[in-house]
Amino acid sequence: MPDANASRAAESAVPLTASAVLVNAVGLHARPSVKLTQCAKRFAASIELALAPDGPWTDAKSPVKVMRVKAPQGATLHFRVTGADGEAALAALLALVNDGFGEA
Amino acid sequence: MAEIHRTGRAASPGLAIGPVTMLTSGVARRTTVGSPPAETAALQAAIAAATAEIAGMIAIAQGEVADILEFQVALLEDDALAEAAYTAISTGTAADQAWCAALDAEIAGYRAAEDEYFRARAADLIDIRDRVLAHLGGGSAAADIPGDSIVAGEDITPSAFLAADWSRGGGIALAAGSPSSHVAMLARARGAPMVVGLGPLAWQDRPPALALVDGDAGTVIFDPEPETRRLFEHRMAAAHVARAAADAGSFEPAVTADGRRIAILLNIAAPEELAAIDPAICDGIGLVRTEFLFEASHGLPDEDIQYGVYRRILEWAQGRPVTIRTLDAGGDKPIRGLTVDGESNPFLGVRGIRLSLARPDVFRVQLRALLRAAVHGSLKVMLPMIAVPSEFDRAAAMLDAEFAALAAQGISCARPPLGIMVEVPAAALRAEDFAAAFYSIGSNDLTQYTMAAARDIGAVADLNDTGDPAVLSLIARTVEAARRRGVEVSLCGDAAADTRLTTALLATGLTALSVAPVAVARLKAAIAGVGA
Repeated sequence: MPDANASRAAESAVPLTASAVLVNAVGLHARPSVKLTQCAKRFAASIELALAPDGPWTDAKSPVKVMRVKAPQGATLHFRVTGADGEAALAALLALVNDGFGEA
Repeated sequence: MAEIHRTGRAASPGLAIGPVTMLTSGVARRTTVGSPPAETAALQAAIAAATAEIAGMIAIAQGEVADILEFQVALLEDDALAEAAYTAISTGTAADQAWCAALDAEIAGYRAAEDEYFRARAADLIDIRDRVLAHLGGGSAAADIPGDSIVAGEDITPSAFLAADWSRGGGIALAAGSPSSHVAMLARARGAPMVVGLGPLAWQDRPPALALVDGDAGTVIFDPEPETRRLFEHRMAAAHVARAAADAGSFEPAVTADGRRIAILLNIAAPEELAAIDPAICDGIGLVRTEFLFEASHGLPDEDIQYGVYRRILEWAQGRPVTIRTLDAGGDKPIRGLTVDGESNPFLGVRGIRLSLARPDVFRVQLRALLRAAVHGSLKVMLPMIAVPSEFDRAAAMLDAEFAALAAQGISCARPPLGIMVEVPAAALRAEDFAAAFYSIGSNDLTQYTMAAARDIGAVADLNDTGDPAVLSLIARTVEAARRRGVEVSLCGDAAADTRLTTALLATGLTALSVAPVAVARLKAAIAGVGA
């Protein structure tokens, strides 16, 4: 579930943050990583993810780096988004994760 | 140079001769190193070429294979993958060394992962590393396997196997590998001779030019002397003549020299295998494995998907009997999200019917799909890994309950005969105590459980012998139980296709054997010689 208290920033450089739990069978593995980075790359905003609310942050547009995170099933994914279309990007990413990348 | 004899284990039958194509990165040794800008450009070009090559493979791949290839492309297109390599090149390192070091660090990261799934991705990174290396060396190892060559290496990935054209001959000689690997199954289906477990293929100066692969004996001869080669080619010619004669007879029914009619059934692992086969070569399908449905979909296939597949197979058979085995996951066939991870001995754990009874939610869906498909042909349903009668009784009760539920809803369905796979010695010893409508002897597991020796452990592979009197006695006992109860019995393990065992198997009273389509002609020819 997305955080209810996801902080909302207007159209500033203040990053938007939110989190969601990985519900698909084996975590952020090959196919979900590809889907997540493909989704992130559709947006101009800078998008990062982490396993903890305070990082370390990883570029969510890089499949190589996302795979290095090795996020297991049940892990909470934190997103940090900065940019004009950040709000839409965050919504799209949370929908993807909550949907179990379409394979749950 | 003296010829080199190596003995491994037979993984796919037949004889092959051809030039050796090494699969290791050894093909990519570069002799000249350019300036940093030239090396950077060389690496960029190699990565682009490798990416294009995989993209070309995706176009003809499907299911899980396509997913894995798309993942590889995503990694190759990501600048982060080669970042460290470009940094090293800028300080004077050669492109191939820089690329290797960068990828080896990435591979080490995956190998250190706690999660089994992430550890397994190391194989993808190795695939990527070697493919780019091959392009750096000016060649292309994986995609350019000439159709008639002997592929030698540590192991071969399914994607590399599928990229080659095996219709013109060729074979496989592996240092590691396993007869029960995915590639070995593919090789048997395509008729490509394959030997595994040869041990390290380290060459002192240069790799061999030519190799002879004997997929029947499990041996490989590298750089044969002219006389050795001549004798081998004689054997190939003789085998070719025998096969042509057998192929000509493949539409004839199988009859022994003393007049016994033997039913020849097919083992099918994926419905696509049936596309090129004329149903007239067989008396039906003795084993449809359903694991493929669960592997390719990255989840549990729904009832309609399963129904569609089962129906297509029944329609292909044109009224001939089709035996579909319910999901046989576990053991050496893990399925993510379904099988139990971390069992100390998966072959003695929750697999086959044990898993289906533990997961009635999954099992019921399969039973409903089978009940609905049963109206489209002569379907029989078989339960794997049955050890005690109560397992059969519980599954039969579930089948009856789903049948009643479908019928009550007015959905078209039929209740197929329910039988058991006899592969646990306990079931063979008291086969008559099961209310099964038929028995199908699974000789692979029956052999390994009886002899306490796994097929894929080379050191005990000799013990894993279906021809052992102990195993043959369990088979004979099962055949006798079927005769007394008046039900059918067949044998569907690899032993059915091993023509060295045909006489011994038929001596147990068996009159139905189920084999891979590629083995039908050979088996019919062998049966014709029995009792002569």
